[in-house]
Amino acid sequence: MLRQAIERLGNRTIQGVWRIGYASRFFVAMLLHSGTAFRRFGLTIREMYFSGVLSLIIILVSGLFVGMVLGLQGYETLQRYGSESALGTLVALSLVRELGPVLAGLLFASRAGSAITAEIGLMKATEQLSAMEMMAVDPIARVVAPRFWAGVISMPLLAALFSAMGIFGGYLVGVRLIGVDEGSFWSQMQGAVDFEQDILNGVIKSAVFGVAVTTIALFEGYDAPPTAEGVSRATTRTVVTSSLAVLALDFILTAFMFRGLN
Amino acid sequence: MNRTVLDLWVGSFVIAGIGALLFLALKVGSMTTVNATDSYEVVADFQNIGGLKPRAPVKSAGVVVGRVADIRFDNQKYEAVVTLRLDKRYAFPKDTSASIMTSGLLGEQYVGLEAGGDSMNLKNGDRILITQDAVVLENLIGQFLYGKAQEGKAQEGAPK
Repeated sequence: MLRQAIERLGNRTIQGVWRIGYASRFFVAMLLHSGTAFRRFGLTIREMYFSGVLSLIIILVSGLFVGMVLGLQGYETLQRYGSESALGTLVALSLVRELGPVLAGLLFASRAGSAITAEIGLMKATEQLSAMEMMAVDPIARVVAPRFWAGVISMPLLAALFSAMGIFGGYLVGVRLIGVDEGSFWSQMQGAVDFEQDILNGVIKSAVFGVAVTTIALFEGYDAPPTAEGVSRATTRTVVTSSLAVLALDFILTAFMFRGLN
Repeated sequence: MNRTVLDLWVGSFVIAGIGALLFLALKVGSMTTVNATDSYEVVADFQNIGGLKPRAPVKSAGVVVGRVADIRFDNQKYEAVVTLRLDKRYAFPKDTSASIMTSGLLGEQYVGLEAGGDSMNLKNGDRILITQDAVVLENLIGQFLYGKAQEGKAQEGAPK
């Protein structure tokens, strides 16, 4: 029993290291072959439609509701201290710094990441990738790299839209519904939110999440066993791994970016 | 899928995203950070800066005229050296006084400038000579309690 358990643990560890090495090689190959993604930009635009434009509805609606909830909850807490005029600051800072990039990243992982994995996994299962190789078309350059760059470009735009929509939602609930003073809502927000410190860092965060999520999704699809079960498992793993990666990366990036703030 | 329709969608997505970024930059954030070209720096020494932080506003008559650029400790005089970056549009006389104040009861601390009457104006690198330290709440309470105790002693002595 014990021996088996230890053997299984060792096997898992070796498999894990193996996969990490393979994933790194995959990542480097993807970067090296990304020339095609820019030379034939039509390919990237096509993928931006699938991972960016089609994610818009879920991003915009979630952003609006998250902002509205922030407005309600923030008002509830702030009015106890008589500082409901700081509602704009609360909504804007929490969205721009954290919630925008992170929630957009999580939604992107489950909406676009899973689709990428399923698509590439199925391409592999139906031997379309091998067929490409037979025709001397590199599948990494033709299939993988455009999807990677499309994700990396789309993600900051989606996060910005999420934050903007959320601030609009907070404005809707805070100012229009509850009646917080409109002037102090915007002016306190503008006084507290800094372009470099908050907005630019949010954009950097979302770009990093875009790299992480698309790389994981593409690798899981590329590495999936060519069976129906293998593809379904790979899709699940994409969502789980990339969500965890987004949260862990967020902690690391936040620790770096906002450490020297005070 | 028709290529032109697809391009149109992606194009509007990109424009909307950049629009959102612009909205965040202009409407939500303040792009009006004073940069090095249209500002000048003056130095002020304080014995105690309280909770003053870099990037805190510098106000005169309640109007933000600059920001705290840097806070250092002078190991010769054992004082805090605060560098203030002021907007070039605003000039102050040489005998301007700087004091550290608090906005509201529990608000953030800022540097308040009060203009003097000198005919010469402060230039880049000048030193503000008249400064007033931050009020430390503990000292204030200590003084208050001390005063109360003295009062009590005086009353105790009175009926005799």
